[in-house]
Amino acid sequence: MDTGRLVRMANQIATFFASQPGGRGAEETAAHLRAFWDPRMREALFAHLDAGGEGLSPLAREAAERLRHPA
Amino acid sequence: MKDFVIPGQTGAPAFSDRDHGTPARAGAPVTLTIDGFPVTVPEGTSVLRAAALAGIGIPKLCATESLEAWGSCRLCLVEIEGRRGTPASCTTPVAEGMVVRTQTDTLRRLRRGVMELYISDHPLDCLTCAANGDCELQDMAGAVGLRDVRYEAPPEAPLANHFLRAHAGAPNPDWRPVDDSNPYFAYDPSKCIVCSRCVRACEEVQGTFALTIEGRGFASRVSAGTAADDFLHSDCVSCGACVQACPTATLTEKSVIAIGTPERKVVTTCAYCGVGCSFEAELRGDQVVRMTPWKHGKANRGHSCVKGRFAWGYATHPDRILSPMIREAIDQPWRQVSWDEAIGFAAARLRAIQAEHGPRSIGGITSSRCTNEETYLVQKMIRSVFGNNNTDTCARVCHSPTGYGLKQTFGTSAGTQDFDSVEQADVVIVMGANPTDGHPVFASRLKRRLRQGARLIVIDPRRIDLVRTPHVEAAHHLALRPGTNVAVVTAMAHVIVTEGLANEAFLRERCDWDEYLAYAEFVSDPRHSPEATEALTGVPASELRAAARLYATGGNGAIYYGLGVTEHSQGSTTVMGIANLAMLTGNIGRPGVGVNPLRGQNNVQGSCDMGSFPHELPGYRHVSDPAARAIFESVWGTPIDPEPGLRIPNMLDAAIAGTFKGIYIQGEDILQSDPDTRHVAAGLAAMDCVIVQDLFLNETANYAHVFLPGCTFLEKDGTFTNAERRINRVRKVMQPLSGLADWEVTMRLANAMGAGWTYTHPSQIMDEIAATTPSFAGVSYERLEELGSVQWPCNEAAPEGTPIMHVEGFVRGKGRLIVTEYVPTDERTGPRFPLLLTTGRILSQYNVGAQTRRTANTVWHMEDVLEIHPHDAEVRGIKEGDWVRLASRSGETSLRATLTDRVAPGVVYTTFHHPVTQANVVTTDFSDWATNCPEYKVTAVQVSLSNGPSDWQRDYAAQAEAARRILPAAE
Repeated sequence: MDTGRLVRMANQIATFFASQPGGRGAEETAAHLRAFWDPRMREALFAHLDAGGEGLSPLAREAAERLRHPA
Repeated sequence: MKDFVIPGQTGAPAFSDRDHGTPARAGAPVTLTIDGFPVTVPEGTSVLRAAALAGIGIPKLCATESLEAWGSCRLCLVEIEGRRGTPASCTTPVAEGMVVRTQTDTLRRLRRGVMELYISDHPLDCLTCAANGDCELQDMAGAVGLRDVRYEAPPEAPLANHFLRAHAGAPNPDWRPVDDSNPYFAYDPSKCIVCSRCVRACEEVQGTFALTIEGRGFASRVSAGTAADDFLHSDCVSCGACVQACPTATLTEKSVIAIGTPERKVVTTCAYCGVGCSFEAELRGDQVVRMTPWKHGKANRGHSCVKGRFAWGYATHPDRILSPMIREAIDQPWRQVSWDEAIGFAAARLRAIQAEHGPRSIGGITSSRCTNEETYLVQKMIRSVFGNNNTDTCARVCHSPTGYGLKQTFGTSAGTQDFDSVEQADVVIVMGANPTDGHPVFASRLKRRLRQGARLIVIDPRRIDLVRTPHVEAAHHLALRPGTNVAVVTAMAHVIVTEGLANEAFLRERCDWDEYLAYAEFVSDPRHSPEATEALTGVPASELRAAARLYATGGNGAIYYGLGVTEHSQGSTTVMGIANLAMLTGNIGRPGVGVNPLRGQNNVQGSCDMGSFPHELPGYRHVSDPAARAIFESVWGTPIDPEPGLRIPNMLDAAIAGTFKGIYIQGEDILQSDPDTRHVAAGLAAMDCVIVQDLFLNETANYAHVFLPGCTFLEKDGTFTNAERRINRVRKVMQPLSGLADWEVTMRLANAMGAGWTYTHPSQIMDEIAATTPSFAGVSYERLEELGSVQWPCNEAAPEGTPIMHVEGFVRGKGRLIVTEYVPTDERTGPRFPLLLTTGRILSQYNVGAQTRRTANTVWHMEDVLEIHPHDAEVRGIKEGDWVRLASRSGETSLRATLTDRVAPGVVYTTFHHPVTQANVVTTDFSDWATNCPEYKVTAVQVSLSNGPSDWQRDYAAQAEAARRILPAAE
């Protein structure tokens, strides 16, 4: 998967949830990725995290990490 | 046609064809006596209608129930006890105790005299007339007992009639030739009786006001504008309401002239836009003679547009591919094969791909043009036979943000109203939609309400027709800069909240109050004020404030929106913002209000309902929900993957990445319709098995290995669900030209992959849908026969369906107001690409044009053109009609320019109906944050003069031509 695209999509999602009150942005972003992204898209995102996660916004990165290692 | 019935037999069938002469009225019951029969009707009803309801047909010519009474033909005269003279029954309202006689010697004499005068100026060529047997003038001559016409032209000159071409050796100055400029109907002035039904239909039903009666007395004639205008070049939009209203052969469908009058009718549903008009397909044998809007159709109430009524010729177009075809590779010509060979080839390839690349390496796209039953089967095949959730549908590229946004706010993703609701709206917001072109029959219903005094707010970058059209003028047009929808909607909420216009009682009762408080704090921030956002949106603050106040305080407020809302990187956020406005003002849960997405395709609502999305099973239940999966697993007998699948753009990305290798595409042309054509082409080219099922060799088929012939809506049974959640029946009027209906093709493919399905009729598929999907629990073909149509949810709680949603409470419980922060799109203008391109549709063409380009509708729109503001054109040296190059960072194309101030400086606009233009070469891969719905409506572009088609267009045409080669069939 084109990681540039995935990074942009993850950042867009994180931007929306960052704007929501309640401070649950990372959790909501992770839930959105879980609900709407096919497993290979999530895997590609995790692989990108392993490679340094360049371009991911802090919230998107936090969401991706949370998704990868659910509490 | 005669529609007399025997008096006393008032128990007319539920869907009677009878014309009652004047429209129905609602009112207190009034009882009168007609020819001795007591009749009780609502107050305000005409005597003519009351008689018809009692089964007594009073002769009439200028009256028809789709139009208000006019009182000009003097044929429907009656005698009323205690009243002088012989009043016209069409213009006389009933009164309590009234005693009416419809047939007396006086009336008989008067009517015969009237008819004699009509006939004296009408050609008596009935036997060779196209309306023979379907002519109200003929019927009335019979009904009044006309036996003789005493008025004959004197043998010597000047004569006064309209129908003789010449008389006494001299041309008749009052004769006019037939105007056959319109491709679908002819106007023969010599047969006109000047009843004004056509003119009134154009005004009252369609709302275009293209027709008038010019001249007076004997010189009166129907005219489409000035003397220089013929029908084609007038304001006429060819909706056909005039043709339907005409009681004679003056306005006649050319198909009737060519074929003859129809001998049978089948009620069915239009396969064009999401309005979902009901039609009677009128036939001789299996040949369609004409399509007539069905007056009992609840979406259209007897009206239609040019596409539904006239543009059905594609169904028998020679371009139809009727034989299955296969090829090893896309650079080879097609080979025509049997169904068995094609299906076997496809099944083997798909299974081979899965064996090599895993179960999730294939998928499919359901069609928003096919029936619910067919869509359900395709997603069922993907889920239970392919064994994954890689299913998507074209709603991905249109209304997927509606699904997400309304589900988050209200709890379900559908429009809240029926179309009848607009009749009770007081303030209507039309946002990012162009109903007169995209949803014409709804537009006519809206315009009727606007003429009655409802106010209109248009939010659109372009000055759509509704902004100012005969007898309609928007109170406010917020001509925002493309891409700033969220800022505008949030600013409207700012005004409503900060000026104390919010409906606090509604919010406290129906919404989550704490969420409202957080939301109110957010929107009240001065940075969301119209003054603060004006520089960004381009909408004058005072205008926005006035619009917000009008919506909040003007009575019933209804919002209708289209793809100008959804096809943005913040499409879902805007949908939430719209829902917020409705909740803030309490405009939800009753007639006349609501949030109404205008759906693009005939069955885009249904395809979403039927589980076409990769994360949702039918009925919008997430695939991760074990309880939902269990229902389908038990009925289907196969496990369901709990992981969401790929969406269309993700499928293409995965194809390029090498993990997605096979796709079954039913009735969708993603190469033309989806953004960034080069990316789509690369994705398709990377697959090992592309199966296209369609009517024609569409653009996507250039990259296909298997072509399975599809069939039109005329060739199969099923249901479509329109934008108001209305499930309408589609009925087969002819056998599938390829031998198989689309659902049968899917079943064959599934069975070739081991499914073992045994459906023999689509009604069985609907029964399975009803058994598994709670909102469809009460739906069956029997129920649809009984009710005509039904709006889901249809279940035990609502056995006759649900016209208005969220009446008592929201589907999700409490309505949820969601913070809508404006985030500018990444697609920015700059020195290289300084203009913003936005796209839309035109009345005569439909989406990628596969159907309408194969009809005479092309006379109105031969090619896509670029609308550009004269200022922008001037600085580029562009003149009207010049060939221009349109370039973005994705690609470039070329087309002709037209100069207009409909678009603001800095904005250009085009349609996407023609593959030679390929507007989507230019659109980008940016998409809605929540749903990946492409950002079609905002592309930064440059426009410059050009010499003709671009290199890309030439290469594309060459590739398409090579890809469409078909080997001659083997002997």
